Amino acid sequence: MSTDETGPGGAQTPEIAGNPGGTGPDLLQLITPSGERISHPEFDFWVRDITDDQLCSLFEDMTVIRRIDVEATALQRQGELALWPPLLGQEAAQIGSGRALRADDFVFSSYRENGVAYCRGVDLTDLLRVWRGNASGGWDPYGINMATPQIIIGAQTLHATGYAMGIQNDGADAVAVTYFGDGATSEGDVNEAMVFAASFQAPVVFFCTNNHWAISEPVRLQSHIQLADRATGFGIPNLRVDGNDVLAVMAATRLALDRARRGGGPTFIEAVSYRMGPHTTADDPTRYRDANELEDWAAKDPISRLAGLLDRKGILTADLQEQVKAKADAVASEMRRGCTTMPEPQPMDVFKHVYSTPNSWLERQQDHYARYLASFGDPAGAVSEKGAR
Amino acid sequence: MTQLTFARAINAGLRKSLENDSKVVLLGEDIGALGGVFRVTDGLQKDFGTHRVVDTPLAESAIVGTAVGLAYRGYRPVVEIQFDGFIYPAFDQIVSQVAKLHYRTRGAVRMPITIRVPFGGGIGSPEHHSESPEAYFTHTSGLRVVTVANPQDAYTVIQQAIGCDDPVLYFEPKRRYHDKGEVDESVDPRSALPMDKARVLTDGSDVTLVAYGPLVKTALDAASAAADEGISIEVIDLRSLSPVDYEPVVASVRKTGRLVVTHEAAQSGGLGAEVAASITERCFYHLEAAPVRVTGFDIPYPYSKLEMHHLPGLDRILDGVDRALGRPNSLSGLEG
Ligand SMILES: Cc1ncc(C[n+]2csc(CCOP(=O)(O)OP(=O)(O)O)c2C)c(N)n1
Repeated sequence: MSTDETGPGGAQTPEIAGNPGGTGPDLLQLITPSGERISHPEFDFWVRDITDDQLCSLFEDMTVIRRIDVEATALQRQGELALWPPLLGQEAAQIGSGRALRADDFVFSSYRENGVAYCRGVDLTDLLRVWRGNASGGWDPYGINMATPQIIIGAQTLHATGYAMGIQNDGADAVAVTYFGDGATSEGDVNEAMVFAASFQAPVVFFCTNNHWAISEPVRLQSHIQLADRATGFGIPNLRVDGNDVLAVMAATRLALDRARRGGGPTFIEAVSYRMGPHTTADDPTRYRDANELEDWAAKDPISRLAGLLDRKGILTADLQEQVKAKADAVASEMRRGCTTMPEPQPMDVFKHVYSTPNSWLERQQDHYARYLASFGDPAGAVSEKGAR
Repeated sequence: MTQLTFARAINAGLRKSLENDSKVVLLGEDIGALGGVFRVTDGLQKDFGTHRVVDTPLAESAIVGTAVGLAYRGYRPVVEIQFDGFIYPAFDQIVSQVAKLHYRTRGAVRMPITIRVPFGGGIGSPEHHSESPEAYFTHTSGLRVVTVANPQDAYTVIQQAIGCDDPVLYFEPKRRYHDKGEVDESVDPRSALPMDKARVLTDGSDVTLVAYGPLVKTALDAASAAADEGISIEVIDLRSLSPVDYEPVVASVRKTGRLVVTHEAAQSGGLGAEVAASITERCFYHLEAAPVRVTGFDIPYPYSKLEMHHLPGLDRILDGVDRALGRPNSLSGLEG
């Protein structure tokens, strides 16, 4: 391998053919970046029931999740959370799809879908348990029909497909929905999930949020074609939607859910959006990302876009804005309170839930560790780096 | 001699290897512009180009699997697995392909692949970011498994691993990445202590304490705390986990009569069990007490608020030393 950019025989490496990050005319859009509602012959149908009130409520949802995202980022900076993966910029993708789901649908997501969790009705204290380092899982998945966030990239797509196969066996009309990123589409798991979903025509929706970056890697490193087109190769119909347009996302998700409920099998949705913040609070995007790119995307901000539409309709009143802000503040301060007053885990909790039935090896270790802790006057001394003796 | 952190020392070792052998190529997620999530490959892509330092798509099985193909073609791939918990998607390629191709082809094919894995806990990360998966690999014949415990070794051993014709898993103790130490960059890796040799770090007469990777520092701290109590501990840094270099451990246990092994990984089926069994076989008549293991528990790596309970700390190691010495300890009075 040579150290320059030329390929075999000295030829220039060919330009990447497709534009997997592009936002061209093929992108399903119902609201333009300036907030104009544009009609679409096929997709208007799927949001025909959305009243002005409901638009306001979507606006509230998006504002609330942005607010809790900002609050959680602040909590991390203040040392209350160990880490936080911001969703800034992805509000429309999460609310548009999350609000399209039925209570008996089941979500398998990555770590970034906190807005979807909000739609499922997650207790926000539960949402933070994992990020504070107080628990391995924040909630009972069956309580809100949403699996706990997945960190292993793409693994959840297989779980969703299997869950969907179960729904199918049961003769139910619920749907499994799985969320993942653009980078995830490179993992074997995601590709295998699509094979299974297509083979068994499982009622599963693959919701890929193309936020353009997988930590430092741009989407063009993962794919030479648009991500939505990958699904075609597996025999899965795809929809490519403007992920910053809450109505378009909702329409696409509703179509896909309807198809799945009626036995039409899987659908792949690519929601084209942008990660406006860092990958996580531990990441430094200035090392790899051009500031101009961020500016371009800021102009397509999902919340201002919906605000633009509400404004054109004459319903973005000062009252509404005040009300939405108050709600967002209230939710955020409740979350902060829940975070800072969360009880600390107890040392012996480390042994809980490893098995559903007792295991003699572990019981022995547990007994020994309890004796060990008891040998210290102050158990905190037992774990100090310097030692207590 | 320069003062370098672990991370910089590995970076310097990688740089040397890239300079010295045009067949060395680096592969991994985020290793280019970002320089890796721990910045271990910082600046290497800029200096050696995108064909030698390859930012790969997000796919571990593909990263290791393509390294196999590159090795077939005569390259010496150095793979970065971003975090210990993400090695499992590549597990099949490592244990079924990388480990076995030399054997399967009766030596015709070499797999000089180095797989770098930041491992271990203690940095407050979420799940899958703090695991110690070394035993899965020490259980697989055909792989060499090494780990390092000081910046000098980090610098030298990475070069030895890359130069080795066998596949090497190179485990980097991530909680020590920012620790500094003296590094002599003029050391020739070919004449330095080979990576498959253990090293005796302190001279002791009462107990042999075997550690590796992140716990070597803790073991040394324990040894100096014990010295204050009049207990003399011989600390051995295993360095190579597969194969284990038993000679210095055997010699030490013949002298001290007592063995304590410590690691972060779970106890059952862990490397400590292997060391304890091998030493018992070889030193049975020299042992004054049963070997003691001070390890992580048989649990999934816990959430960060409790990780310090799972990880062996200085006091747990000293408690283990007391058990080996028959001094009062937390289990005094318990049978078996
Ligand atoms: C199997 C695996 N490999 C690597 C990682 C480390 N990692 C965490 S997030 C991430 C990037 C994911 O990008 P993408 O799928 O696009 O989702 P996004 O985070 O942008 O939403 C990587 C490489 C991981 N969590 N799991």
